[in-house]
Amino acid sequence: MTLVVDNLRVYYRTLRGDVKALDGVTFDVADGEIMGIAGESGCGKTTLGKSLIRLDGRMRVVEGTVTLDGVRMPIEDDRAMNEYRFCDVSIVPQYAMSALNPIRKIGRMISELLSARGVSYDETFPELSRRLALVGLGDDVLERYPIELSGGMKQRVVMVLSTLLNPSLLIADELTSALDVSTQKAVAEMLVEFRDRGFVKSTIVITHDLSVLYQIADTILVMYAGKLVEKAPAAELTASPKHPYTQLLLGSLPEVGVRFEEKRLTGIPGRPPSLLNPPQGCRFRARCPLAFDKCAEEPPFTEVAPGRYAACWKAAA
Amino acid sequence: MLRLDGVTKVFRTGVFGRATFTAVSDVTFHVEQGEIVSLIGESGSGKTTVGRMVLRLTRATEGAVTVDGRDVAELGRTDVRTYYGSVQGIFQDPFSSYNPVFKVDRVLGMIRANYLQGLSDADWKTKVRGSLEAVGLEQADVLGKYPHQLSGGQLQRLLIARALMLELRFLVADEIISMLDASTRIDVLNLLGDLKARGLGVLFVTHDLALGNYISDRTVILRRGRVVEMGATPKVFGSPAHPYTRMLLTSVPHLSAKWGEDEIEAPTPSSLEEAPDGPLQPIDDDHFVATRGER
Repeated sequence: MTLVVDNLRVYYRTLRGDVKALDGVTFDVADGEIMGIAGESGCGKTTLGKSLIRLDGRMRVVEGTVTLDGVRMPIEDDRAMNEYRFCDVSIVPQYAMSALNPIRKIGRMISELLSARGVSYDETFPELSRRLALVGLGDDVLERYPIELSGGMKQRVVMVLSTLLNPSLLIADELTSALDVSTQKAVAEMLVEFRDRGFVKSTIVITHDLSVLYQIADTILVMYAGKLVEKAPAAELTASPKHPYTQLLLGSLPEVGVRFEEKRLTGIPGRPPSLLNPPQGCRFRARCPLAFDKCAEEPPFTEVAPGRYAACWKAAA
Repeated sequence: MLRLDGVTKVFRTGVFGRATFTAVSDVTFHVEQGEIVSLIGESGSGKTTVGRMVLRLTRATEGAVTVDGRDVAELGRTDVRTYYGSVQGIFQDPFSSYNPVFKVDRVLGMIRANYLQGLSDADWKTKVRGSLEAVGLEQADVLGKYPHQLSGGQLQRLLIARALMLELRFLVADEIISMLDASTRIDVLNLLGDLKARGLGVLFVTHDLALGNYISDRTVILRRGRVVEMGATPKVFGSPAHPYTRMLLTSVPHLSAKWGEDEIEAPTPSSLEEAPDGPLQPIDDDHFVATRGER
């Protein structure tokens, strides 16, 4: 196992109390696995990604451990984590296009980042050049400023840069969301290629777009209101979802080929609960058509079929 | 009928506007009442500029946007008010479309103050109830609330409700569901479908092919400011003739088939680069594709 996350709880401190954005999450990612994390806004997927690399000031680890390659990560300690960032855990942030320093040439910026990790730029250069060529960029980008590159080019530069030291874990947060469909496809396929070539051991892809995950991920983890809802191999999850939330979510997605006149899709009525005071029991209960008395008790996230996990009393039955 | 005839928009850029950039070039299509036309393109294709010209937020450099034969750019002051009484726009980000210190009642009240001054209180209340019902909102859920107390889907539906209070005939919907969550976006889309049945014409601007295919009757594909393919939605999506349309369709991530397993053959990069963007020629009933040649 590359990554083991055990009962992780991360709360945001606010004046009105703790927002329980991530409330007891347990999962693992195997060597060479691309795991997709999907969910709607506010489900805790970005909080999860952030807590694996850098918590921001308002976030607090309440409980839980994160183990990467057998080493327990000091995620609650911003300074101690520094040793692992970029070398062992790396991230491609949500707006990778604006992640580059605008007043540094790309080459100089990379050189500075490497020297901060005690790595020689000149020695890394042949590998850097090879990887840039792989994503369709020439060495000349190193002599350019970020403003001279297009959005897709910047995204590719950030991807090459984040994975330059062959991290064990790469976190890609909404990597493809701001891109046009054609660029989206190219960038998503690049993630798979980087894994196949061993530039990264394992990847966590965070997105709201289940259809992109179906294309590239090995397993998909669905989250709702700070909790895990369902985990399954990508093809199985999209073909036969077990949890009512996943079923309704997939049912609300218009596929190319489905037309309003022929088949009317429906959304999920209601909205997710406030995480300031989340309800007892199953958090999807209020919107769930299958809810019954037992749902007032929290369903455990267990294996309901071989390789398939879900947190629902009905799925377990 | 909302018509665009040879509409071109040239922006001046660079120092003192010495350089020019053609955002929209010779675009011609129309939207009938009771019809949803989706305008699909990638970023920089000029799709938003087309919407803005229809709403008179920017002026066409050449060509004309007409509603029932009247050029919208030439309307006088009183005619403009009538125009906005029948054509309205809704944009991508519902969270920044509202004044954060105005309650919902006041947002709706501004419609009354501007367009419906003669209305009695009782009639106004009926109208509010009616238009909220039409978009599937409960009065108790929204009235008296500030925008931050409502969800994105509710805000977006409220904007549609606001537009519906007028004798609305055309709606420009620019990426209205891009910022909504998957579980609520389909409801807003279905709402457009229901309003279509009541005679509303919608120009649905989007980058998402699946959404355009789901809801629209006709589709216009825009590339670098030019229309490369247009026609009845099942024809454009079912038998795409232009390499660019085929490229878009083969890039869309599906839930049932992986990339590369499509029935449509992906175009080669060279055929895409050399793809024609000249005048449109009919290849079928209500199906047009760009051909080679100068416009």
